[in-house]
Amino acid sequence: MRTWIEKQKHLIDFTLASLMRRKAKNLGLLFIYTLLVFVLASAALYTHALRQEAQKALAGSPEIVLQRLIAGRHDLIPPGYIEKIGRIRGVQKIEGRLWGYYYDSVVKANYTFMAPRDMQIERGEIIVGPALERSRGLAAGNGISFRAYTGELFTFIVADVLPQSSELVSADLVLMNEEDFRAFFKIPPGYYNDIALSVANPQEVRNVAIKLLTALPDSRPILRDEVLRTYASIFDWREGIMLTLLAAAILAFGIFAWEKAAGLSAEEKREIGILKAIGWETGDVIKMKFWEGLLISLTAFLVGYLAAYLHVFYFSASLFEPVLKGWAVLYPRFTLPPHIDGLQVATLFFFTVVPYTAAVLTPIWRAATTDPDTVMRA
Amino acid sequence: MIELVGIRKAFNQGQHNETWALSGIDLTIPAHRVTALKGPSGSGKTTLLTILGCLARPTAGRVRLKGEDISGLPERFLTEIRRQTFGFIFQQFNLVRGLSAIENVILPAYPTGRPRKALLEKAEALLADVNLAHRRNARVEWLSGGEQQRVAICRALINDPEILIADEPTANLDSQLAKEFLAILEKLADAGRTIILTSHDPLVVEAALVDRLVTLRDGRIVETVDKPERRIRRAAS
Repeated sequence: MRTWIEKQKHLIDFTLASLMRRKAKNLGLLFIYTLLVFVLASAALYTHALRQEAQKALAGSPEIVLQRLIAGRHDLIPPGYIEKIGRIRGVQKIEGRLWGYYYDSVVKANYTFMAPRDMQIERGEIIVGPALERSRGLAAGNGISFRAYTGELFTFIVADVLPQSSELVSADLVLMNEEDFRAFFKIPPGYYNDIALSVANPQEVRNVAIKLLTALPDSRPILRDEVLRTYASIFDWREGIMLTLLAAAILAFGIFAWEKAAGLSAEEKREIGILKAIGWETGDVIKMKFWEGLLISLTAFLVGYLAAYLHVFYFSASLFEPVLKGWAVLYPRFTLPPHIDGLQVATLFFFTVVPYTAAVLTPIWRAATTDPDTVMRA
Repeated sequence: MIELVGIRKAFNQGQHNETWALSGIDLTIPAHRVTALKGPSGSGKTTLLTILGCLARPTAGRVRLKGEDISGLPERFLTEIRRQTFGFIFQQFNLVRGLSAIENVILPAYPTGRPRKALLEKAEALLADVNLAHRRNARVEWLSGGEQQRVAICRALINDPEILIADEPTANLDSQLAKEFLAILEKLADAGRTIILTSHDPLVVEAALVDRLVTLRDGRIVETVDKPERRIRRAAS
């Protein structure tokens, strides 16, 4: 066993010396390899963390949101709908919601206005999301005016700013009193944008939705699970765009790695011949080259993954922000809670380290099995 | 020590460019003696040397090392025999560029798994023996031809082999360096090592240290000359 360990130590020593001898070539390879792992890992970590965050954020949302449609377009819920739903079994809580979009021409951005039920906001006051705090330089106690779609000017006092921790979902939010909201958007009393429904038994959600459609044929129930699926597909889609953009880079790396691995230089072939002639077995040569491939790919993987981790969780994935974060003008600024998925790490490892190490071995095996006497004839 | 019986060696066998480098060699290499193989280019010297040194297998015939038939052994076992029994000095020296002299010397010992410290100590001693201790950390491409050959000699000796094989060892050396090389070889022969070398350099084949001179032509042995024992020769001279 000791001899075996010593032998492996010798092989690693020689491998390191070999790597150092071809410093420029190997450092170049290591750099490109690390960059590739970094980009792939960043995309994977980022979308995964976003998905987790969205899932967490939506965990508290209602099981069903009911909208009313007219000519296939979303319309206000008229009075009487809430009462009708109240008679459907399995529905635990019904809540009419008021929300809308407002375009602020000053910063050329859309805000989401909402009149929350679970929060007491005085008339004439608003609570704003962190993105508004930044873009309009708002702080508690400041006044701000918005011109309604009717042309009328409304002035509000900022009562509070929402915490940064909720920024992913609240960046562009403006919360206000229900009466202010109705006055601003000219929504008559008893009308709502949609209805949020809580269903106690998750198994019953689909049944309740069917009953809603029967009782209110002009309505459209949106299930939380569907929203989650939509979010997931949006993130997957974004990840897909990133990977498509990267496809050329990945392909280039593939060719580069293959060329480096497959195309043993005459010098390397000569060296293998010498090693075999002086008593190295074919297995020793292959093991040495295996260590070489493993050292390069493992270093690239570890450094690339660590850099991606820091990039995503400590620098808010600043390099990919425009592609990955969405279409809003007011980008949320937030730090995702660090989250690593074992399966994801294993997948990335499998698709980066294993192919390279394997690609290195094939030509080496071919070179290592040549007769040792060739060195005598060089 | 090594016995060759009916050795034939073909290259590209079965193809249109088939060549027979050796056509029936019967030869015995005695232990603790210096055997030189001489002959013109293409006579089969190097091919014979590769078979003697277990670097290649014969196409036909038997190779016996200390009485044991090794011609049919798989590569793995041949490698082990090669590592334990033979030390090689190649015509082009075949040192690994980019490594220091001492790193080159200990290379053949890596597969043995001996501790690095012991290997370095042994390598230091070998380099000191050939007056090269001061160049131990120099990269081999910075060394002169003579120095490179001395590194190659030390590398051949690191596993303490019984047999030393040298292929055209003076081909890249001037006369002075060739004489120095022969002096080192003589010391090794006196220490009891078996030495087999090929050469067509008169300085080598006519050297006093050669005990047996085998002449080859067209893949066959045409002459074998055995000289009296070295100490008798020395006493006579």
